Amino acid sequence: MAEKSARKSNDVLLHDHNHDGIDRRGFLKCMAWAGTGAFCVIQGGVLNSYSLSKLAEVGSMETRGELSFVQISDSHMGFDKAANPDVVSTLKAAIDKINALPQPPAFILHTGDITHLSKPAEFDTAEQLLKSASAKDVFYVPGEHDVLNDEGKQYLDRFGKGSKGAGWYSFENKGVHFIGLVNVMNLKAGGLGNLGQEQLEWLEKDLKHLSKSTPVVVFAHIPLWSVYPEWGWGTDDSAQALSYLKRFGSVTVLNGHIHQTMQKVEGNITFHTAASTAFPQPKPGSAPSPGPMKVPEEQLRSLLGVTDVNYVRGHHALAVTDSSLG
Amino acid sequence: MMRTTLYTCTGLFALALVIVAGMTILKRSVAAAESKPVSMTEIKIDNFSFTPASITIPAGTEVHWKNNDDIPHNVVSNDHTIKSKVLDTGDDFAYTFSQPGTYDYFCSIHPKMTARIIVH
Ligand SMILES: [Cu+2]
Repeated sequence: MAEKSARKSNDVLLHDHNHDGIDRRGFLKCMAWAGTGAFCVIQGGVLNSYSLSKLAEVGSMETRGELSFVQISDSHMGFDKAANPDVVSTLKAAIDKINALPQPPAFILHTGDITHLSKPAEFDTAEQLLKSASAKDVFYVPGEHDVLNDEGKQYLDRFGKGSKGAGWYSFENKGVHFIGLVNVMNLKAGGLGNLGQEQLEWLEKDLKHLSKSTPVVVFAHIPLWSVYPEWGWGTDDSAQALSYLKRFGSVTVLNGHIHQTMQKVEGNITFHTAASTAFPQPKPGSAPSPGPMKVPEEQLRSLLGVTDVNYVRGHHALAVTDSSLG
Repeated sequence: MMRTTLYTCTGLFALALVIVAGMTILKRSVAAAESKPVSMTEIKIDNFSFTPASITIPAGTEVHWKNNDDIPHNVVSNDHTIKSKVLDTGDDFAYTFSQPGTYDYFCSIHPKMTARIIVH
């Protein structure tokens, strides 16, 4: 049931402009597996997709490149409602998945909603658990649940070292330029996610010195593409940010927030949202609200997950792999 | 010597009585103007929306918001003069509207959640 409806939502989202010659039928086929454990590679504009039954198989494929890293998202430490009364054990399961990868990833990206209520103990739990991951470096961006009541002060105290403004920053690894953006602050009534003028100016400057052949990975909590504005699943000023990225050959945008995997290719930019490690949310418009989705217990882990990303030099886009926890 | 002391004590006691009486009167007038509502009304937070989304109330009405969702929300006026703490599941926030006017508010965590209170 869940797989069938996930397919439907991806079909809808793929009716977007594609000008890069990617085989659409192949792309759709690949997408049909996303969220239940799919492996997709887009190399030089040609798509290959493989069924992912065992993570070990990934290692044997010719996809290990110069750099591999993992994205996790929406851990919601402190959440204890029916949709998942034990978010600690599912975060642990996600870390087990990471530790089972044939090669340890260079680092972990956490795309926000680390905590449910911004409580110090919730942050502590997440940090403590992630210490057992094979990758020691974790790069965070905040979700709206991490900046409650204090305008993000606690988040910045913990994770903001070396960052600018509300916590945005960039770094390089193996020739790939990574940019962590914050789009959960100063939200306006009736609006969506928000980057703000100061951050946009910083972004423009940050990208200016890069050659257009530099692969760029942008990560932020709320999607930087319009997934479903009716539920707030988009960012008001993302078009401005994306305009600075148009000249690059390879751009990958990684987000969380919507607690399900989705992918879209638009020109040079591949958009990808990761599953939550805590609880699933309904497909766009399929429920009265985007609140936590209660599924039968035996189904829960199949809807939670970890995203593995591989960069192979010279290829059109990074390979993005979603694997479920169950 | 004894007499003088006694007089002084009585004087202090009388002064204290006057102060207590004065404070009581002050408290009563504040209560009448602000904290004692003329009526009460509740706005429910369900499924990422405020219900009712628009209400008209007489000045002095105490409005209660109760969050029934599994996700935290808050109540923030568009001009940020009214701001609740984050409301977890089952939490309640109360505010008494003493001044007539139109109050647009939203959830600053989920800004698509907007609503209005008209006070006359
Ligand atoms: Cu809200």
